[in-house]
Amino acid sequence: MNRLFKDKEHLVRVAGLFAAGIVLFVIARALFVPKGFGQYGHYRAGALADVRSKPVVYAGRGACVECHTGEGERLKSGKHKGVGCEACHGALAKHAADPSALKPVKPDPKTLCLTCHQMNVAKPAKFAQIDVKSHMDGGPCTTCHDQHAPDKEPKK
Amino acid sequence: MNQDRRDFLVRAGKVLVLTAPAAAYWDALAAGKTEPEEPAYRMADHFWGMIVDIDKCIGCGSCVRACKTENNVPLEPFYFRTWVERYHVESLSEHPEVDSPNGGYNGFPEKYAAGDKAKSFFVPKLCNQCAHSPCTQVCPVGATFESPDGAVLIDQTYCLGCRYCVQACPYGCRFIDPRTNTVDKCNLCYHRITKGLTTACCENCPTGARQLVDLKDPRDPVHEFLRTHKVHVLKPHMATGAKLFYNALDGSVR
Repeated sequence: MNRLFKDKEHLVRVAGLFAAGIVLFVIARALFVPKGFGQYGHYRAGALADVRSKPVVYAGRGACVECHTGEGERLKSGKHKGVGCEACHGALAKHAADPSALKPVKPDPKTLCLTCHQMNVAKPAKFAQIDVKSHMDGGPCTTCHDQHAPDKEPKK
Repeated sequence: MNQDRRDFLVRAGKVLVLTAPAAAYWDALAAGKTEPEEPAYRMADHFWGMIVDIDKCIGCGSCVRACKTENNVPLEPFYFRTWVERYHVESLSEHPEVDSPNGGYNGFPEKYAAGDKAKSFFVPKLCNQCAHSPCTQVCPVGATFESPDGAVLIDQTYCLGCRYCVQACPYGCRFIDPRTNTVDKCNLCYHRITKGLTTACCENCPTGARQLVDLKDPRDPVHEFLRTHKVHVLKPHMATGAKLFYNALDGSVR
């Protein structure tokens, strides 16, 4: 043994230092690298679940027509069939979960319709647009048009 | 031990046959360990993207408002996960005029006269969900990444706020949330699409100009759409693998 390490003590010391460094690195790595890191790639796998766990604010039209079947059918029959309920009525996931928790606000038909149908040269030409000054007398659009199926017969 | 060739082949065959189920079982075990809570959603079955049809966009700003509501984005201008730009192109040899008042949050007040011999149209913008995204490559800590189902996500708890990714994104889609000092951007409403809902912007787009698509779903109409329409991605020369497909995109759009 003595013969083996003769004149090599300095190497043993350096090797010890290296070993200690490696052990330190392994311990530090275990402490600092979070769980699941590298499972799918160079990121924390738990982040996927974190992002997924955010609350949903818009319930989606599927949830609306579960109760409001009449409005759903009416909407489907006309030109507004592609318009989501919450596009006009606001984010209502809370209402869908518990109808008494949040009551939807009735939109103002004088201003709401114009967010889409106000004339603008940048809009596609085939999209229905009106010039407020010439089209109506300032009354709400719903006096003449059915908001849920606007291309059906005008209201009397 | 004496072993002739026949014995060896029989044993090796048994081992080979047995390793396949063992490997499958091990995979199932590993998968079960990490996501036991949502077995209904399998990441391997999806690859998300989006179609934007310029010909259908009316610049109403519903998507911008819906996005800010859904994702709790600060209401001040310059914090957008999605926004709408208005292009006004007089001639292709000159720079187009582009404006986006408050990102299109309140719609677009009329600015141009009809018949001014220019073309004018709206371009909704958002994260392009690149398959080879520059932003994830520059992140020093792995706080932003491409998920196995094709969404580019952010690990808010891990982000340093170093802003490398904000500079790296060629589409200008990222911002620093002033409340947390971490980066944020469109994650394709990952919390919604993994629950079977569509994104907040697609849910609220009145004309269907935006459509969430699942490129791995053979029944998704996207495949038909991509076959029958002339689609384009933004900055294709950057080879980002963008999965935001624009229909009827004008050459002046950057």
